Amino acid sequence: MDDSRSNDPAAQYDGPPDYRVVGRHALFPQTSHDEIERINFLAQMNRHLAARVVPGVKAAYDQRVAPRFEAEQGRPIGDRHEARKALLRDPAFQTWSALRRMTMEQRQQAGRWTTIRQRERLAKIADALTNADDRLSLDPALPIPRYVSAVDHHCMPGSYHQQAFEGDVTNGANYDHAGFVTTGGLLGKYSDGGGHAVVKWVKRNLPDFQPRAILEIGGTVGHSSLPLAQAFPDAEMTIADLGAPMLRYGLGRAKSLGVDNIRFVQASGEDLSIFPDQSFDWVQTTMFLHELSTSALRNIFAETRRLLRPGGIVLHVEQPQYAADMPLFEQAMRDWDAFYNNEPFWSRMHEMDLDAAMVAAGFDPDSLIHGGVTGVVDRDLFPDAQEDDTEDYGRKAAWHVIGAMV
Amino acid sequence: MSFADALNEAGAKPAGKRPYFLEPQVERVLAITMTIAQELAVARQRVDTLERLLVAKGVLADSEIDSFSPSQQEAAERAMWNQEYIARILRIVQQENEAAVAGGDMASGDVGDEIAAQG
Repeated sequence: MDDSRSNDPAAQYDGPPDYRVVGRHALFPQTSHDEIERINFLAQMNRHLAARVVPGVKAAYDQRVAPRFEAEQGRPIGDRHEARKALLRDPAFQTWSALRRMTMEQRQQAGRWTTIRQRERLAKIADALTNADDRLSLDPALPIPRYVSAVDHHCMPGSYHQQAFEGDVTNGANYDHAGFVTTGGLLGKYSDGGGHAVVKWVKRNLPDFQPRAILEIGGTVGHSSLPLAQAFPDAEMTIADLGAPMLRYGLGRAKSLGVDNIRFVQASGEDLSIFPDQSFDWVQTTMFLHELSTSALRNIFAETRRLLRPGGIVLHVEQPQYAADMPLFEQAMRDWDAFYNNEPFWSRMHEMDLDAAMVAAGFDPDSLIHGGVTGVVDRDLFPDAQEDDTEDYGRKAAWHVIGAMV
Repeated sequence: MSFADALNEAGAKPAGKRPYFLEPQVERVLAITMTIAQELAVARQRVDTLERLLVAKGVLADSEIDSFSPSQQEAAERAMWNQEYIARILRIVQQENEAAVAGGDMASGDVGDEIAAQG
């Protein structure tokens, strides 16, 4: 008998797993029963908004918002900005937006409560794991660019770089342990479904590729990088990021999880002059480009070109671009994060001609790579993005890949 | 002392101006309400945990609640309670969205007038 028609309610369950299935490591914060249930509730809130409220927003757009615009302007909605501004006047979009924003704010408060209450303890563990380890290289004088300092990305107070004291890892721990609220488990046990997806893609499409040196720019705590280091154990993996709390936490996390061929360097992706030309066989970014600025993206693309050896690849994993065939409603919904979730560059980045930007950075037009990947997770415990038919515009574990081979 | 830090800083405002989608007074009340909703869910789950432990063992040790781990089956049941709970609290959102699709809805008084006009 079809499970969906059985009388066993749990057999019909469709949604995020219980938070207790997430993987832990030495630096993972302790979570009380109630802290866990707060995360479970907020993950279910996001699920509810995506599965049960967004369809109502779509219906309101089709039946109220678009006809009203056309009646007032004498023409149909022309672009995603007009679509978003028209949606802003509709109660369905207003309510969904207010609830989505609040859920993110509640997630940050919950995660910060958990991590701040134990931040001295976490700092001691981080120190024990990273002190005098040359795989952690910090640069306290590194300037934080405006595209990071002006607003805190995804409403995360203190962003990736601020610390309460020297050695603090609060923001790394907050980012790591409560991202589950947004992903609903679609990134798997160690939030590494994106990295595993990239590895799977590379092994399938480039079976002979044997990188010796791999760089991930904007790799934060290493969620997406560890699978690369694990898949190519003879390679040396480097993570470059602006945020000291992320890097400190990241090295402790990697070592605790038994991944030793990885190092963490505080640097801006726009200026990686600490590395000579042709230092890497593979440069990777994962859900990173949308947190930059136009000039930063160009500078980073140029650096990736300079750093690659002949035969090397660069891969950028991102949410899909706003192609001409993407409905304006979907574009407006995907733009939500740009305007209401402190992702200021999201909108412009997703309308850029990334192929042209790659060519301008010196990549051969004939060498460009395009692909698509979905999160690779332990399907016994975690939901599979490929089978998930809800659409959480911009947050699903299904991405586009753009890259190039040198 | 970390507790005081957490009390002061957990709810810190992120850099960047906050958007309002509703009348600010309404959004403020809704934000408070949604946090109460969250905390009620947390409390309810704790009760659920207690009940399951008490049924299973009849005795409760100090550390049992924080070390409790539901089976996949139990986790599914608990997660489904959350789904039902959210749907219950956000009933008005569902109903307003259904009203947008339904179209042609009449107010009861107008139906009364119409029926009356038919004699």
